[in-house]
Amino acid sequence: MAQRAQPIALRLAAGAAALAVVALVFGTLAAVALRAESGARLISADWAAARFTVFQAALSALISAALAVPVARALSRRRFFGRRALILALGAPFILPVIVAVFGLLAVFGRNGLLNLALETLGTPVVDELGRQGILLAGHVFQLPLFDLYGIQGVLLAHVFFNLPLATRLLLQGWQRIPAESFRLAASLSLNDRQQFRVIELPMLRATLPGVLVVVFLLCLTSFAVVLTLGGGPRATTIELAIYQAFRFDFDLGRAALLALIQVGIGLGAALLALAVGQRAAGQGLDRVVLRWDGRGWRRYTDALLLLLTALFIGLPLAMTAIRGWAGLSGLSVGLWAAVLRSVLVALGATALTLLLALPLALRIGAASARPGARLVEALGTLSIAASPLVLGTGLFLILNPFLDPMAWALPLTAVVNALMALPFALRALVPAATEAQRRFDRLSESLNLPAGTRLRHVLLPRLRAPLGFALGLTAALSAGDLGVVALFADPNRATLPMEMYRLMGAYRNDEAAAAALLLVALAFGLFWVFERIGRHADT
Amino acid sequence: MLTLERLHLRQGDFTLDADLGVGAGARVAVLGPSGAGKSTLLMAIGGYLAPDSGRVLWDGQDITGLPPGDRPLTTLFQDINLFPHLTVFQNVALGISPRMRPTAEQSRRIGAALAEVGLAGLGQRLPRDLSGGQQSRVALARALLRARPLLLLDEPFSALGPALKTEMLGVLEEVLDRTRATLLMVTHDPADARAICPQTITVLDGVAAAPEDTAALLADPPAALRAYLGTP
Repeated sequence: MAQRAQPIALRLAAGAAALAVVALVFGTLAAVALRAESGARLISADWAAARFTVFQAALSALISAALAVPVARALSRRRFFGRRALILALGAPFILPVIVAVFGLLAVFGRNGLLNLALETLGTPVVDELGRQGILLAGHVFQLPLFDLYGIQGVLLAHVFFNLPLATRLLLQGWQRIPAESFRLAASLSLNDRQQFRVIELPMLRATLPGVLVVVFLLCLTSFAVVLTLGGGPRATTIELAIYQAFRFDFDLGRAALLALIQVGIGLGAALLALAVGQRAAGQGLDRVVLRWDGRGWRRYTDALLLLLTALFIGLPLAMTAIRGWAGLSGLSVGLWAAVLRSVLVALGATALTLLLALPLALRIGAASARPGARLVEALGTLSIAASPLVLGTGLFLILNPFLDPMAWALPLTAVVNALMALPFALRALVPAATEAQRRFDRLSESLNLPAGTRLRHVLLPRLRAPLGFALGLTAALSAGDLGVVALFADPNRATLPMEMYRLMGAYRNDEAAAAALLLVALAFGLFWVFERIGRHADT
Repeated sequence: MLTLERLHLRQGDFTLDADLGVGAGARVAVLGPSGAGKSTLLMAIGGYLAPDSGRVLWDGQDITGLPPGDRPLTTLFQDINLFPHLTVFQNVALGISPRMRPTAEQSRRIGAALAEVGLAGLGQRLPRDLSGGQQSRVALARALLRARPLLLLDEPFSALGPALKTEMLGVLEEVLDRTRATLLMVTHDPADARAICPQTITVLDGVAAAPEDTAALLADPPAALRAYLGTP
């Protein structure tokens, strides 16, 4: 069989992009490994961090998935006003800057949050014999504050906040894949709800849930900003945080490198697990409603309550951020605007780099002639979900330190790492469209002998415009809100907006922090919106 | 003159052999049951499939190794002959200006070609705003402009209704008259062959036979073809 020739220029570009990615990933890894060998010792706290990393990720995955099952089921069988909006809102936490989410969660569940406040006003204040403040409510004395986010409970809550919506969307896709005929058949056989669940929905869950669990587990494994803000201490430190502390506070590069190796080991193990499970995420058409006959009677009310609680869980922290932020906007310092500018530059840099890497790679992966190689590249994309920005950062520091001052190059380095972290998501969005465009139009392009430039400009780019806009918007938003590798390098005088916000929160300047949060949300969603918009305007 | 010299293709269990010649300016139908290898034959001539052995010659020159766009031919596929996001004008322009920067003279010729196939004034439309027949006309206008000596048609009109198909065969004949091109047209309908192809290649059981006189062939088909045609 013949191979369809892809323009040489495109192959070269894809090769260069792949080489750049591999060099960055393995180069930094090699640097880390070399440095780790030279006699650093782990302390027992580091092993505790390793255990906690896996433990919190596993628990986050289990809780998110367990809650997502009833929520997705309710969403799949109900039609109501605002359903589309709710499904859209479920996508929002993915691009919401982590530090903003933490701020919003603190405003609802924190010491001085909405929930504590509400309970305090409901009960009677009391003071026990040790002088501790409490609240008398329904015959019990509760110690104040009732809710405190700092510690593992906060880490888990934040991870569930981010991943319950993701898991719900993934499971909803599973429900959508069940053919409508199955539900019709179940109704004609007058199966009750439980029987229908067992016969139709359980098999789907059995196929879908492992993938969902693995994805959430992977994402939580490398979660840094959440643990930085809500965790810490001997009982809630992850390896990522330990790397940061070894690097930033102890400046013990050997130990940081050794920790980085452990993180890589755990990530690699989990990624291999992910490859074995082989879940394919992302997809569209979630607003389709299948006509169903189950879930009548009281279940309508439990479904409604469940969906309402989900909407509140996602919406309240954001609303609180907006309300508090709006009030603080007037008191913003000039320095914050400089931080905004730096964040925009980092985001745009990362976006440009992602475009350069993802576009040729996606086209190459999508090319009919590239099958075996394409598998490898796709696998690498999955592996990089487990890659850690802190490890990349440590490696880059070790490589660059002899030649230049990494602190002075903090922002470009951040852009590079951000681009790399966004690459798997960009590829997920682009590869299906790239495959389809080339499958359909390569033969015609060849028959007309179109040169590579024409093919790219007039054939492929117009077909890829929508997913490209989405992928770049995602990259820009994630990069603008990133509080990861930038925390490793940046000095306070050249902080990005998320760093500045973290600093304000640490200094208990809550009004300013709220205003910064609002700006940051506007920035992240604004960037996403602009790029997505450009992509949508394709006239296909 | 197109020559297929002991051409042999294999795809899994399927094989196709062809050892035949087609005279310059001939109009030849490629007839046979589906799955027999009609399209495969055309794709091999067009350069979209590489043969396992044998050669494809045009006027004595070996073109077996040439990429599709460099061969002296234009192909009209069964589907996807137009880029859906490009206008009619742009789609035709790609035929003579691959960088899509037609000169004033080229633009004039594109307009003329569109008028020739009955699409005057529709240059700025997108393919989706055209009927199926009109879309075929766009592809024919491009073939007219490219004016390559060999035209390969892989059932491009099979999705059209009978009246529209007759109409398109008329347009096709005009294009052939203008370009003096040799035609190879895959079809599963003997009526198409009768209408515009004096000669017919039958593809049966993985073997493409040399062109025969269409009228004689259809009047007294060999047994295997008879089974396909349903004639007693």
